[in-house]
Amino acid sequence: MIALRFLVRRAFHAILLLFAVSLLTFLFLQLAPGDFLSEMKLNPQISPETIAALRQQYGLDDPLPVRYARWLQSVARGEFGHSFAYNRPVAPLLWERGRNTLMLTVAAMGLTWLVAVPLGVWSAARPKRWPGRTISAGTVALHSLPDLLIALLLLMLAVRTRWFATGGMLSLGFEEMTLGERVKDLLYHFTLPVVALVLGNLPVVVRHVHAAMAETLEAPFIRVLRAHGVPEWRVLLRHALPVSANPLLSLFGVSFGVLLSQSLIVEVVMTWPGLGPLLLEAVFSRDVYVLIGVVLASTLLLVLGTLIADCILLWTDPRIRRESAA
Amino acid sequence: MKPPLRRALTLVVLLHLLILAAAFVGPYDGTFQDREHTFSPPTRIHFVDSNGQLHARPFVYATTADPERFGEYKEDVTRAYPLRFLVPGAEYRLLGVFRTRIHLFGVEEPAKVFLMGTDQFGRDQFSRLLAGGQTSLLAGLLAAALSVLGGGLLGAAAGFFGRLADTVIMRLADVFLSLPWLYLLFAIRAFLPLHLDPEATLYLLTAVIGMVGWARPARLVRGIVLSAKERNFVLASRHFGASELYLLGRHILPQTYGVLLTQATLLIPQYVLAEVTLSFVGLGVGEPSPSWGTMLAALQQYHVLQSYWWMFLPAGLMIMVFASYFLLAAQLQGRLKSTQF
Repeated sequence: MIALRFLVRRAFHAILLLFAVSLLTFLFLQLAPGDFLSEMKLNPQISPETIAALRQQYGLDDPLPVRYARWLQSVARGEFGHSFAYNRPVAPLLWERGRNTLMLTVAAMGLTWLVAVPLGVWSAARPKRWPGRTISAGTVALHSLPDLLIALLLLMLAVRTRWFATGGMLSLGFEEMTLGERVKDLLYHFTLPVVALVLGNLPVVVRHVHAAMAETLEAPFIRVLRAHGVPEWRVLLRHALPVSANPLLSLFGVSFGVLLSQSLIVEVVMTWPGLGPLLLEAVFSRDVYVLIGVVLASTLLLVLGTLIADCILLWTDPRIRRESAA
Repeated sequence: MKPPLRRALTLVVLLHLLILAAAFVGPYDGTFQDREHTFSPPTRIHFVDSNGQLHARPFVYATTADPERFGEYKEDVTRAYPLRFLVPGAEYRLLGVFRTRIHLFGVEEPAKVFLMGTDQFGRDQFSRLLAGGQTSLLAGLLAAALSVLGGGLLGAAAGFFGRLADTVIMRLADVFLSLPWLYLLFAIRAFLPLHLDPEATLYLLTAVIGMVGWARPARLVRGIVLSAKERNFVLASRHFGASELYLLGRHILPQTYGVLLTQATLLIPQYVLAEVTLSFVGLGVGEPSPSWGTMLAALQQYHVLQSYWWMFLPAGLMIMVFASYFLLAAQLQGRLKSTQF
């Protein structure tokens, strides 16, 4: 019941937020000089009359409120406007590209946490010895390496060794492949972007796990457990880790946003057909509705990420349940 | 100052001085195109000449394109050109003021010294890296200043005046924080004309990057101001008749400086990277003026990745700049924690 009320409230907030974002982007985009058709004016093959007719057809000269209202109508129809460059509704386009981005980010997220939690716990358990020192030095070094460079370095690896694809998502003739070949082909393209994202996200998560664990390990109850002779691995994993889980679960939600931004760069460098390249194309061709759509889709993904994290928090921590009931 | 903090600060300052003196430290003009040396690998610096004789002063050989193997260069070992310091070269303005021709190091023509090789137009990567650093760091520093000052003021206003100001500013901050920031940055960049002259682009980009990041400092400062205005000495001052502005300027804002400084050191590398990313995809400072982003953009080409490994060398300095800022931020954060009550 509490969870339901919480969910309803959050969903309401999310809708308000998306609405505000759409309104803001819409307003600002009108300030931008030029539109999709302004490049066409340079093309001598297209007559000025054609351009005028197209402007009329797309309604580019209508006043702002009219255009916003029309856009809202198309949202209600589930179209989210019309892409000039692709000449089709934006929503299916977003769905295709968003799915690819989601595939990448969710895989990277899972893998990051799978690697980061043991590393963080280990370094917190042995802070003054070699594991702790090596891991913290490694995270600092990795943290200084921008995502852009990680992606480029991995791309160089792919180009030189041919172990991985140098871009794209599917090989030609994917449709004719057997299931095994398909999985192999997908892995061939999938590995590098995921590794790039994991390497980019890992240092932040490891550091947070380390910090949360280090704080918990100083608590008196840990000393009591150790004095009782509870095995060290059990102290760490059964007792200390669940206690330090709270900040980590919040981070889980926040880090999804960071991951989306990283994914934008990685997708562009590795030509992964996700939201990133779509956004870039839209910026270059002034494809306004695609631009708004991508921004909204990325916001939605981020909101969903934090929502999931909050739900897990609500489920694991009775204190938060009591607070939100009040 | 504790030694680790001093070390980090020294590193940051040294790197900035190096980049500030780009035209002096770099042996060539970053935009000069040497058509005879396109994609030249880093010049080899020798100590022992072809006769096996040891030289006290390191030297280089002049290189020419190898007529037998396309795209490779061979050394002309008949004459050694010693590496000299403070030699005359291309004219430039030191710090934008003093007209001079003296460069930190160089060799006599026709020999060349390319520490990091050259790019596809035969431009010296090392000189270009330093000159591009000026663009990228300036954008990062200005944008961080804008974000921290703007965000700080808005946050302080929200925390201090409360009510409507608080609601409006913090709701807006929520909107900004709930967008993935790189998507937001690209979207805002889309509001600006695509093609601009480099200088205008630099300042517009700075404004855009600065605008995107105001929300986090604002939220932090608001929190501090909320707790600061309830502290006893502030209450005392208020009851002695201090005006609102006096309270804010004299007692409350100074309590936020530590957090703002730490935020700035965290934001600068992030914003430098933002500029690099925008220039990388072609939405930032354009050619021919150097920027770290446009230098990295060459690495998107297949043949560059395949054959010209030295195109990655500039990344070394960039990583050093980022690392130095992260070290500084970590030290400042540690210090902030230990001084808080």
